[in-house]
Amino acid sequence: MSEKKQQSEDKLLEKVTTTEYKYGFTTDIESDTIPKGLSEDVVRIISEKKNEPQWMLDYRLKAYNAWLEMEEPVWANVSYAKPNYQDVIYYSAPKQKPVLDSLDDLDPEMKKMFDKLGISIDEQNKLANVAVDIVMDSVSVATSFKEKLRDLGIIFCSISDAIQDHPELVKKYLGTVVPARDNFFSALNAAVFSDGSFCYIPKGVKCPMELSTYFRINEAGTGQFERTLLIADEGSQVSYLEGCTAPMRDENQLHAAVVELIAMDDADIKYSTVQNWYPGNTEGVGGVFNFVTKRGICYKNAKISWTQVETGSAVTWKYPSCILKGDNSIGEFFSVAVTNNMQQADTGTKMIHLGKNTKSTIIAKGISAGKSNGNYRGLVKISKGATNSRNFSQCDSLLMGDKCGSHTFPYIEVKNNSSKVEHEATTSKIGEDQIFYCNQRGIGTEAAIALIVNGYCKDVLNQLPMEFAVEAQKLLEISLEGSVG
Amino acid sequence: MLKINNLKAGIEDNQILRGINLEIKAGEVHAIMGPNGSGKSTLASVIAGKEEYEVEGGSIDFEGVDLLDLTPEERAHKGVFLSFQYPVEIPGISVSNFIKTSINERRKAAGLESMTAKNLLKMLKEKMELLSIDKGYLSRNMNEGFSGGEKKRNEIFQMAMLEPKLSILDETDSGLDIDALRIVANGVNKLRTKDNATIVITHYQRLLDYIIPDFVHVLYKGKIVKSGGKELALELEEKGYDWITKESDKQWA
Repeated sequence: MSEKKQQSEDKLLEKVTTTEYKYGFTTDIESDTIPKGLSEDVVRIISEKKNEPQWMLDYRLKAYNAWLEMEEPVWANVSYAKPNYQDVIYYSAPKQKPVLDSLDDLDPEMKKMFDKLGISIDEQNKLANVAVDIVMDSVSVATSFKEKLRDLGIIFCSISDAIQDHPELVKKYLGTVVPARDNFFSALNAAVFSDGSFCYIPKGVKCPMELSTYFRINEAGTGQFERTLLIADEGSQVSYLEGCTAPMRDENQLHAAVVELIAMDDADIKYSTVQNWYPGNTEGVGGVFNFVTKRGICYKNAKISWTQVETGSAVTWKYPSCILKGDNSIGEFFSVAVTNNMQQADTGTKMIHLGKNTKSTIIAKGISAGKSNGNYRGLVKISKGATNSRNFSQCDSLLMGDKCGSHTFPYIEVKNNSSKVEHEATTSKIGEDQIFYCNQRGIGTEAAIALIVNGYCKDVLNQLPMEFAVEAQKLLEISLEGSVG
Repeated sequence: MLKINNLKAGIEDNQILRGINLEIKAGEVHAIMGPNGSGKSTLASVIAGKEEYEVEGGSIDFEGVDLLDLTPEERAHKGVFLSFQYPVEIPGISVSNFIKTSINERRKAAGLESMTAKNLLKMLKEKMELLSIDKGYLSRNMNEGFSGGEKKRNEIFQMAMLEPKLSILDETDSGLDIDALRIVANGVNKLRTKDNATIVITHYQRLLDYIIPDFVHVLYKGKIVKSGGKELALELEEKGYDWITKESDKQWA
């Protein structure tokens, strides 16, 4: 390598290591925080603060007791110092009037923060055509477009409100797709979740706008445990997005969310995530532990499509899955997972085929740079009764530099012989030849990498709603700036 | 336009170019021929700025600037274009998107606004007609699944869109059948003007039946050992390279 090139690469590397996490600011908002640590009392306090009915408290306590007996999973290909669960604050809410009459009543500091994050919560801003629910630390602070949605019978609110206003729906569906005992983190979430989004689309209704939840961890030392429950009744359609950021802090912050999707007969749910939690600094200090359980169930002819662009977090442990219970149901998983510097990710999906003629598609694109480690882990399970089922999986890894790692762990179980499973995998490096080719056409190295990465991720980015796709593209560019060595 | 002065370059410890001198004026077509391993492609790569080659001495003056001081993209912005012998694939990026990025990066470097979609489309259409290129090309991914002929045609298409001052065609004829060769050569001829110059690097004379050079140079062991008019190419076709290389080896011995 020539000296000149070495120098320009050093410059690039320097730039990326000094490129700050854009969302790392903190906001000074008064909050109502309980002492750290987890006990039965803490669970009771959370439930009480949220003024919950007895059945909800019982649900939480049962989950808490189950959690006490469970152990943190160690099978993922990541290593980190286990969080001390007694050192986490389980409830922190911005101090606010308990109920907002309108968005004008929002704390001005908070409003400023949302401006900084580039989120519009102004209902007048109809251009965006996105209804937003914002969850800060533990509590949902604002939901927009509520009335317009209500006219169609769509319920879109925080899960706390849903527990108060629509207890029959919450009681009927909560924990049916991800039972509290499912895993260590889902049990923890069930015990202490403080807020999240709730959404119900009535029979035959096509939701006219994107529904979106924006998650933000603000307070130091807090964990975020949000719970999302989305029910699409027969023949309905909805597209839902979530975005996440957190301030830069030296300590690791815990994020253990649970998302449950229910697609009744002929329903169609599209769920997109752009995850940009603080990834820690270049030495791996700080950053969010993102331990998330996401799962959906499809009844007859229903479809659930997960799309995720994962660029943040110090450690990611996440497998959005589909249970294809009804005949002819469809599950899809489109993922781009980027790791840079010291980030670690173990992510993928599970497609559980139970119904006949069920179909699933998995497109997973991993990008590893710096000293990071990216893993795809996926299960395709076709049960005996799931005759004539199909799966197609494609897992690609792109490596940048020679200090990162990438692994693929596909698990396939097929119990009948009329089904067909295809798995394709590739590993590639961004070649110097590709970069030189772009350079020769006048495209500088950074722009060339952005171009090549965008091309590589195209199949996944195309699945995102338009505005999100543009944001995701920019995010990819920022995450990978100067990462070729 | 271009003046190469005593250019010496190599890869690691292996010197490949051992003092190249070459002057090219606007409007001219120069053919560089020579046996395998004589340094033809290295010369093209060094002019374009491929970093794996170490330049040990000399200069490449291009309109008053030494190209050796510039990055590959800066050279491209100045109007240097290389048609690659082996164009690479860029999966997921369409030909039109790639060309758009390419044009706009160059405009950005010149302090200009991006080209409007309308103007870009108009230009794409014009150039496609000029080179008889099918519309379907635009939405295909860069060189992905392209045949050898399609790849080379894609290079010439980019050349037409970027309107370079100096084009270097590195073995553009390799891997082409006679029809593809004719199409590519016609394209190059249509793009010739009195203001631009072309270097045609080739092993065989047959390309020069279609692209008529003003000068022919024979490169051997990293030096230009013989220069002449277009008739030199015909002579080479008839007699092979031996008579020149033997003479040259004798001089060096």
